[in-house]
Amino acid sequence: MIIEHIDTQLPAAILDRHSFRGDQTIVVAKENLLTLVDLLHHEGFQLLVDITAVDWPEREGQRFDVVYHWLNLASQERLRMKVPVADGEAVPSLAGLFKTANWFEREVFDMFGIRFDGHPDLRRLLTWDDFQGHALRKDFPLDGGDVFCMEGCTAPYNNGERN
Amino acid sequence: MDSIAMTRQMLDGDKMIVNMGPSHPTTHGTLRIVLELQGETITKATPEMGYLHRGVEKLGENLSYQQFIPLTDRLNYCSAIMNNVGYACAVEKLLGIQVPKRAQQIRVLVSELARIADHLVCVGVNAVDIGAFTAFLYLFRQREIVYDLFEMAAGQRLHTSFTRIGGLFRDIPEGFVPLTERFLVECGESIDELEKLLTRNPIWHDRTKGIGAISAEDAVNWGYTGPCLRAAGVPQDLRKAQPYLGYETYDFDIPIGTTGDVFDRYLVRVEEMRQSLRIIRQVLDRLEPGPVMVDDPKVALPPKEKVYTRMESLIHHFKLIMHGMDMPVGEVYSATEAANGELGFYLVSDGGKNPYRIRVRPPCLPIFSSFEDQVKGGLIADAVAVLGAMNIIAGELDR
Repeated sequence: MIIEHIDTQLPAAILDRHSFRGDQTIVVAKENLLTLVDLLHHEGFQLLVDITAVDWPEREGQRFDVVYHWLNLASQERLRMKVPVADGEAVPSLAGLFKTANWFEREVFDMFGIRFDGHPDLRRLLTWDDFQGHALRKDFPLDGGDVFCMEGCTAPYNNGERN
Repeated sequence: MDSIAMTRQMLDGDKMIVNMGPSHPTTHGTLRIVLELQGETITKATPEMGYLHRGVEKLGENLSYQQFIPLTDRLNYCSAIMNNVGYACAVEKLLGIQVPKRAQQIRVLVSELARIADHLVCVGVNAVDIGAFTAFLYLFRQREIVYDLFEMAAGQRLHTSFTRIGGLFRDIPEGFVPLTERFLVECGESIDELEKLLTRNPIWHDRTKGIGAISAEDAVNWGYTGPCLRAAGVPQDLRKAQPYLGYETYDFDIPIGTTGDVFDRYLVRVEEMRQSLRIIRQVLDRLEPGPVMVDDPKVALPPKEKVYTRMESLIHHFKLIMHGMDMPVGEVYSATEAANGELGFYLVSDGGKNPYRIRVRPPCLPIFSSFEDQVKGGLIADAVAVLGAMNIIAGELDR
């Protein structure tokens, strides 16, 4: 239902769509993200359930999908929105509209290294500031690499010295 | 974090920095909150988390669908069975299968028992943190009984791993139902005792009313789900709104609060326990014998004696262990109403043995992100009350 509404309001905003096991998914470009989110919010999709990302290293051009899950509390309709983004590119932040986006975006930044434009405080959330790499990228080793013997990093404690 | 504590101390000489955690009795897990105090008033609270980060999602990408179940135990370890159920439901949605009726009923039964255990811990511990020690002891007696029941059913008290994809690890044993019946009576009495101790207690009122109050709009904007959202007056419960496991056939009510403060959250949790008792009663009444695993050799392991005697079962067993289940390519998001709120699993499958991406949407992460907003301008003693009523479980928060 909401997808038809988006089609009439913002034609050509949806790049791709599919429905699987009753889950509706739309793919949108990051340039259209904020207008679309405004529209969704206006249409009652007020609960931003989750923000996460998926890494597709073999994909040409745009390596990551940033995935948003929305819930309409009145109609209980769910919507998944995917925003493809290349390594090093930034996605507009939703933290101004949805307070819950603040930490979810920090987590995505921490785990995938995707930056969010306009985020008030984009720091790592789960790992520490000196952590090298982004743990949920497919090329990050499962055993975490040699994170405890990192060369050349400065620790905030102990006057920058490690021993 | 470039040493918040030190720089702030240097900048603001008259302010006091208090580190709450990472190992503090009221954080119930390892999380750290750097509180900046002006006298006893909190002017800034910086939560820091990740102390319990184990990389569950990364591990999930390298384990088969079945092997991930023990990791879900360690998300919200106060109600591990609900995580098992939530995850199994997600994979079953991806596979497009329905579990047998008895398996659904037992899943509802153990989920509601787990909800009671979780709320008992949350309410009891919240009371202890504020200084009401007695209620905690009355409640923990019942929690032990719930864990005894889990031990009977799953062989484990905390890390149950009770579900399998397509059903349950095993049927509930003989003697489980009569013990549950006894528990229904005794737990109801314990909740009455708890209410006598707290609900009209003026000290409890002083410590909880108006603390951590939040409006319905703000709660939705912060991404609240579960008892904290319902205490703010939004009647959102996935068991009613988007029923799964046949919840639409049970008769129960959703309690909601008005102000969203610590007292309302307490009342909502107490009433939810009573409603869970009602649901368990109905499950026990309609429990019928039957299989607890789907009859699909592509999903469920064949019985051991068949593996030893029949070629076909041996092949199925070998295929399931070595190659895993036949997974369709696609992505699903499946949410269940856990004790803390909406527990979501987002699975991306590329058709392989392992999930391509597995995402756990923890209910308490968005709730905890509002912590500074909740305690700013309040007293330091109230921060403890708010933290307890949010029911932050670090295992689920950090994953």
